[in-house]
Amino acid sequence: MNHTVLEKNSMLLLICALLVVTVGGLVQIVPLFLVESTIEKVQGMRPYSPLEQAGRDIYVREGCYTCHSQMIRTLKDEVERYGHYSLAAESMYDHPFQWGSKRTGPDLARVGGKYSNQWHAEHMINPRAVVPESIMPGYPWLAKTKLDYKKIAANMRALRIVGVPYSDEMIANAVQDVEAQVDPDHDEVDAMLERYPKAKVGNFDNNAEELTELDALIAYLQMLGTLVDFATFDQSGPNLR
Amino acid sequence: MPDTRAEKATFGSLMAIIFAIAMAFVGISIGVGSPSGGMSFHGWCLAATAAASIYFILSHMAQDDGAPSPLSSSDAVNYHDAPIRFATIAAIFWGIAGFVVGDIIAWQLAFPALNFDLPWTSFGRLRPLHTSAVIFAFGGNVLIGTSFYVVQRTCKARLAGLWSPWFVVVGYNLFILIAGTGYLLGITDGKEYAEPVWYADLFLTMVWVVYLLVFLATLWKRKEPHIYVANWFYLSFIVTVAMLHVVNNLAVPVSIWEPKSYIVFAGVQDAMTQWWYGHNAVGFFLTAGFLGIMYYFIPKRVERPVYSYRLSIVHFWSLIFLYIWAGPHHLHYTALPEWTQTLGMAFSIMLWKPSWGGMINGLMTLSGAWDKLRTDPVVRLLVVSVAFYGMSTFEGPVMSIKAVNSLSHYTDWTIGHVHSGALGWVAMVSFGAIYCLVPWLWKRKALYSIRLVEWHFWVSTIGILLYITSMWVSGIMQGLMWRAYDKLGFLSYSFVETVEAMHPYYIIRATGGLLFILGSLIMAYNIWRTIRGDESRDAAEQPRVAAAPELRLNPAE
Repeated sequence: MNHTVLEKNSMLLLICALLVVTVGGLVQIVPLFLVESTIEKVQGMRPYSPLEQAGRDIYVREGCYTCHSQMIRTLKDEVERYGHYSLAAESMYDHPFQWGSKRTGPDLARVGGKYSNQWHAEHMINPRAVVPESIMPGYPWLAKTKLDYKKIAANMRALRIVGVPYSDEMIANAVQDVEAQVDPDHDEVDAMLERYPKAKVGNFDNNAEELTELDALIAYLQMLGTLVDFATFDQSGPNLR
Repeated sequence: MPDTRAEKATFGSLMAIIFAIAMAFVGISIGVGSPSGGMSFHGWCLAATAAASIYFILSHMAQDDGAPSPLSSSDAVNYHDAPIRFATIAAIFWGIAGFVVGDIIAWQLAFPALNFDLPWTSFGRLRPLHTSAVIFAFGGNVLIGTSFYVVQRTCKARLAGLWSPWFVVVGYNLFILIAGTGYLLGITDGKEYAEPVWYADLFLTMVWVVYLLVFLATLWKRKEPHIYVANWFYLSFIVTVAMLHVVNNLAVPVSIWEPKSYIVFAGVQDAMTQWWYGHNAVGFFLTAGFLGIMYYFIPKRVERPVYSYRLSIVHFWSLIFLYIWAGPHHLHYTALPEWTQTLGMAFSIMLWKPSWGGMINGLMTLSGAWDKLRTDPVVRLLVVSVAFYGMSTFEGPVMSIKAVNSLSHYTDWTIGHVHSGALGWVAMVSFGAIYCLVPWLWKRKALYSIRLVEWHFWVSTIGILLYITSMWVSGIMQGLMWRAYDKLGFLSYSFVETVEAMHPYYIIRATGGLLFILGSLIMAYNIWRTIRGDESRDAAEQPRVAAAPELRLNPAE
């Protein structure tokens, strides 16, 4: 075809350009929704507990992804440093994903359970108190800001619309589940753990008086990468890509 | 029918006022209704801008009806340049703001006390402010301004619409304001380069559709039979960015009164969609759009035709087709399926060819005019930008190779690569275009000082070199330290040891950034003096094209 035809017809040029730029996205993105092996079948994945989701929202709000990845690559040194490489299934309820693109600080995909709550609380308030060489900003205001969780059910309903399988029961008990997760003596701890197996219960921020944003953030950090049971995960199984 | 044009203009102004009143109403509703302090503030910003717009439209209704002045000859076009002047000044303002924030966060990495333990000044909130300010605020205003300039000149037609172009530039800058203040207040979507939340995204979509329509409608009015090559690039940039923006930002808000929303995609699909968007923010916003600038401003400034017409056709179609596939190279060795990673790598390597085709087309346009590289620092800015374009589009494909990427990914090497493109290519070509545009738009005989342009060029070039070389060293070093094993087969370094090793390079990088800011301040001073109409200090040293077209002396005179 003579290129002059396109140069003389703006709508034709527009449509052709649009068609040309659509191909790549269609080929690369659409199959990820259709091919079943894209997300492995694993045991243990569940939606975030309301407190963990609140912590995740704070993680997003503060831009933690600008310095921390949550994606352990399939490389020997990374697996030795951080643990089992990350599976697609492990971020299946992440809206948005927080894999990150830069490691100014270490990867956090499996930080859950590696440090005590007390360590996290001190580290978040002043990172250099526990890691003298750290260049991370301090987040002292998180320990002073009360967590605004009374409307957390609205967040869970929005998440349900985009595909996170929160049940009516989970949404109805959202506020109570937040309170149970920070108080081991709470009557509803067992019910909460039934809804969210493996959730960590405790006073996360070293301050039992108040439920703060730091409680939520640490609750989130402490569960990262802990849900999938790798003892039963068969990496050579039919789900291997 | 002498009244038709005036009647149309009055009708257009009335429509604009009705639209502005509607926007003011939306703004007030959000301002009053939202329990979120940040969102409420954004509502009031919208309402205030709408009110100012109504006042502006009313006070200008009678004066500017789009009719050519009766004194000008019949074939002269009465170009609509006021919105372009607005975008040019906005670009310089946001550019400096974005560079300063970038340098602040660079110093924060060397000296973490500079985070001041405050939410609004911590790295995690400032970094999106930096990236959005330089890419979307600085780059976006340059693209909107130059595209409106180029499309009018190459079509020999006045910009379509009376108030629509104003809506594009003012609306776009309001979007920037809402997005940027949102980050500082913790209002973010948490997707890199797509951080603005749902209501900012909706507003931008509206602005962008009007931008596309203004651009297209101006093409429809053209008096030239052919659409000039720069416009192909601008058009593909506008329409592709619309597609990327809409798809990547699909989200469900918690409530219409809350800024928080959740992206519809999750995990691996969100990652792929994000980097399809993210890499093509580079490919179409920072490349295709700026190639439009290259294809107009280099030939104009050196007074030579584009080197090869055929090469520009091949360049255009191959570039836009290949770029869109390159996203997965941001996700090598991750949980993204291997076939997608391999596709992304293969297309990234292929992308080297059209990129260099475009570079050659830009550079070779200087054939027969290479002496201008020595005599005109504006040409030098433009040409060096194309050279940086060539360098970073070679480095990019290399880094997209999986084996190389296993070393470079997550390190400062990526940051250095981005900045060789962003500072070396995007900013330098923008500076060149701004130095061309300002005397042309403000009808000046010359820039205030071409020697200050010379200073700007050298100071910022040295800054860029400090930046990218320090990031090469620190990035490659950190990548090697992460994977280093000792004799007994243990990892040699703890993570924090690799952080400590970065310190001197962070200082060098931040110093380079400081030089780059210094250069941009020199530019701002020079532009300010030029716009103010001060007598040029060295007009004799400037080429005749430095002057506004109507003030140029013919070579014979």
